[in-house]
Parts: sequence; C-alpha cells; structure tokens
Amino acid sequence: MDYDEHEHVIEVTDLKRVYGGGFEAVRGISFSVARGEIFALLGTNGAGKTSTVELLEGLAEPAEGRIRILGHDPYRERAAVRPRTGVMLQEGGFPAELTVAETARMWAGCTSGARPEAEALALVGLTGKHEVRVKQLSGGERRRLDLALALLNDPEVLFLDEPTTGLDAEGRRDTWELVRALRDAGTTVLLTTHYLEEAEGLADRLAILHEGRIAVSGTPAEVTAGRPSRMSFELPQGYFLGDLPPLAELGVSGHEVEGRVVRLRTTELQLTATRVLTWAERAGVELRALDVRSASLEEAFLGIAREQTRGQASAQAQEVAA
Amino acid sequence: MSTLEVAGTRARGASPTTAAGRLRALGRAELALLARNRGVVFTAVSVPLLLPFSVRPALDHVDLKKQGLTVGTTMLTAAIGFSFLFAVYTSLVNAYVARREELVLKRLRTGELSDAEILAGTALPAVGIGLAQAVVVSAACAALLHTGAPKAPYLLLPGVLAGLVISAGLAALTAAFTRTVESGQVTALPLMFVSMLGSGITFPTEIMPRRLASVCEMLPLSAPIRLVRGGWTGQLSGYEVLGALGTALAWAILAVFAGRRWFRWEPRR
Repeated sequence: MDYDEHEHVIEVTDLKRVYGGGFEAVRGISFSVARGEIFALLGTNGAGKTSTVELLEGLAEPAEGRIRILGHDPYRERAAVRPRTGVMLQEGGFPAELTVAETARMWAGCTSGARPEAEALALVGLTGKHEVRVKQLSGGERRRLDLALALLNDPEVLFLDEPTTGLDAEGRRDTWELVRALRDAGTTVLLTTHYLEEAEGLADRLAILHEGRIAVSGTPAEVTAGRPSRMSFELPQGYFLGDLPPLAELGVSGHEVEGRVVRLRTTELQLTATRVLTWAERAGVELRALDVRSASLEEAFLGIAREQTRGQASAQAQEVAA
Repeated sequence: MSTLEVAGTRARGASPTTAAGRLRALGRAELALLARNRGVVFTAVSVPLLLPFSVRPALDHVDLKKQGLTVGTTMLTAAIGFSFLFAVYTSLVNAYVARREELVLKRLRTGELSDAEILAGTALPAVGIGLAQAVVVSAACAALLHTGAPKAPYLLLPGVLAGLVISAGLAALTAAFTRTVESGQVTALPLMFVSMLGSGITFPTEIMPRRLASVCEMLPLSAPIRLVRGGWTGQLSGYEVLGALGTALAWAILAVFAGRRWFRWEPRR
C-alpha cells in the first residue's frame, strides 16, 4: 500500500473561483491536508467554504490554480478520483419519493467496492428506517443518510459540507464520534462548518476563510494563540470601572463597559482573574455574572471579522482621501 | 455506532463498477420514481394508446388510398409519434427538471457516474416505455386494424430508435431552459405542437401542399415517423429511404450533442 505518513492527499495551490456574474467567491487560497488528518474550513456565510469544497469535489473547474486529490485533478481525472472519495453536499440531493433502502441500493450500484447498504445505514443509526421514504425523514435523518452514502465506498478522502447542520445535540455528537473513528482508521476528512466548537473539537488543523481568502490557518491551538482571553462580570451597585485597580496593573489589554457589565481582554488570564477577584474580596463585593474564559476559536473568528472590516473601512477612507 | 468497522473494510481495487452496472442501478431507481408519479405514468401510457382514435374521424375525410395509405398504418404511426412525445419527451423533461431541482443530479455527479451516464440512466425507463409501446401498438394494429405485416420491417428499428434518441436529447435540451416542473408543461409545448402537426403524427405529410411538406420533412421527428410509416407500407423509394435515414441520424446526433452541451446540472440560484 502506498501509505506515507507525510503524504499530502489534498493539495490546493492559488485556487480561484469566479461565478458567471464575475463574482470572485474564492480569491487565491492554498493549503494541504495530510493523510489521516481532519481539516476544517471555517467562515461566515458567503466566505467561500462551499465554493471551495465544490472545486475539491470536482463539481466545477477552478478559474485559476491547481488542485490535487490523491495526486489527481478531481475535475479532469474524475474516473481516477471518484472511487476513492466520499462526498456529502451541503444539501441533500435524493429523490423524495424513494425509500432509504432504494436510495442506498442505487448508490451502492454506482459505487466500486461498496460495503453492504445495511452496514452503511447502521453506521449512522438509520437501521430502522429502511422502508421510509426520503421525504418523510427529518432534516437530521436526511443528513445522516447523506453521510451513510458518502461512506459506502470506505473512502480514503471524505468531504463533508456542513455535516451537522440540522442535527440535534445527540446526532451531532454521534457524527463527531463517527468522524473521529474514521480519522483514527486512516480516513482523511475535509469538513466545512460554521459551528466553532465543532471545528475546535474535531479538527487537527483548520483554516478560517474570510471573503474568499484564508485569514488564518493552523492547529486550533495555533489559531487561538495570541488571541486574548476574556473576563466579564457585573459591577456591584455604587461601583464604577475607576474603582478597580488600574487596568494595566491587572494585565488587561482592552475593555468594554456596557451598562453595569464590564468585559476585559487579557493575554494573562490567571493574573487578571486573580487580581480582580482579590480586589473584590477585599472590597467585600460580589461580582455577579462572572465569566472567565481562555482564548477560543470564537474570539479568533470574531477578531478576524472585526479586523478585516476595520481594514476595509480604512482602505475605503484612503481611497476617498486620495 | 461503534461496533461496526467504520473504515478499512474495502479490499482496494475490488469489484469496480461498470458502466452497465451503474446504468442499471440508476435506471432501476428512476423506474421506481416513474411508477410513483401517477400523473406522468397515466399520460405516458394512455395518451399514445388513446389519442390515435381521436385522429380517426378526420381520416375519413381524407383520401388515403390515393397516397397509398390506410387507416391502420396512419393510426399506427400516430400512436408511435405520440409515444415519442408523451412517453419519452414530456416525461423526460419532467424527470430531468425534477432531479435537477432536488439537487439529485448534482449529488450524482459527486459519484462515479459520468455525465453521459447520468443523462442516459435517467432516460432509461422512459425510453424503455416508448420502445415497449411501439412494439405493443404495432402488434395491436396488425391484429385489429388489418394492416398486415410490415412490408419493409428493416426500416422500423432505425425509425423507432432514432425517434427515441431524438426525443430524449431534445428533452435534455428543453430541461436546460425549464426552471420548474410546472413550467415544463409550457416549455415542452412548441416541440409537441410542431411535431403533431408537421411531422406526420396527427395526419400524414403526404396530404400537405408539396412545398410545405418538404419543409416539414426536416422537422426533428419527421424522418423517424417517415421511416416507421415506410416500414409498414413499403412505399419509400431507395432514395427516400436514404434521405430519411440521413435526416434521422443528423437529428439524433444534433439532439444528443445539444442536450449534453447546454444541459444545466444545478438549479439557478
């Protein structure tokens, strides 16, 4: 077997996608995914996640750039790539009037080395639903049917476009467990999501897309590193921000006050928390709605959106000035 | 969920699918879908069998004998022409548009099927029904309307095949500019009307004025209908046979090419 731990099964170089109207959805992105890795593409709606994944799946040809999936061009060398990949689109795509079993049978008939349909359906917990028509499935069940069919050929590379959208908490956990088990068995997974905790918990590496470009990428730890942690609380009656020790002494790098709620940003969370709590104890006051959290993907995500908007605003201002 | 092997189950390279196997799987699913769409089934099956009888009274006013035609052969070609239009053309416009709008075609394109296989597999049941109707109608006419055996049976097969292929190709092309299943009832009308009136389906082109008839002979379904009728009557000259075969072949190639070239795989958003 051609197994190589460092083999990049997905390689993307300077990828661009332009739609008919001239809209540039993907504006030059590059990344690679190693075998057995879970890679997440994050981004707000319209950031270019689905546009990118569709190119990787070989559904459309990029305007510019190069894609290699398992060493092949997914659009031009469709026949070489498809038997080794599994795809779950963002939205269903199964005839409403077929039953679950009929849908699975059809897909199995079009899939090389397909595992038994009942086994694939059991993997996603649809065992009791074989005779149910697709139109009668819940949104979550339809997502799981889609996943089952993507797994029929035991793919080497699995593309999941928002796999847990529409699932309840339990279904989401089950899917995460399944994706981890697939990764542990050597499957390479590329997924898109707008659930930050999904990316944080699942992905080995991730990239945050913003307006068609990769704003930041790396392991979840790398992406959140350098992002401030947060502490927030309600000031007691009669107290004001100035009653706290000087913010610089607290290690605070930024703050907001909204009504009685104080939000502090810090890169030294332990120091900040200790000093604020010590102050509260000495002053004999209770800090209600106390919330202390270390840097998260959410902070990174919101930070990127903020910075870029600001960057744009200043760029526009410069244009106006010039 | 955890007791099953999630991955590593596949013997790599084992049992690759074949084009025939993929077409069978898709065609079978499509047949199940067709069977569940009662309206389409009713139209596809009943119209070609019933509509020819509505043509019959008109035939009484036409001197068919002078053209070497009989009521039997005229109704037979009408039935086969209606089969091209209703069992194949309109039902396929419906199927292509419905599958596209449900994102079924997009999902199929993520799998191992080639684009041509997706179009062909979706068309299989409708084409199959069209073929079956041609056989049944021919047998029924021979038995009930005393048309006797076809005089040039070797023309029937290319005629029917070309008609089926042209109808399917033009259905793919029509689906390209049809946004919803409902609007398909309108976008399919032009070809229906033109073919019924001009391709010798409701009445033979032989009774048209000569100049009009020669224009109508170039319509998409005219040559297949001529071949079918000629196959029964045996009245086409060698020259006419070659002309009809050439026209039918040209339309078949053109329809398939255009259907593939302009087909839309995803809904407009």
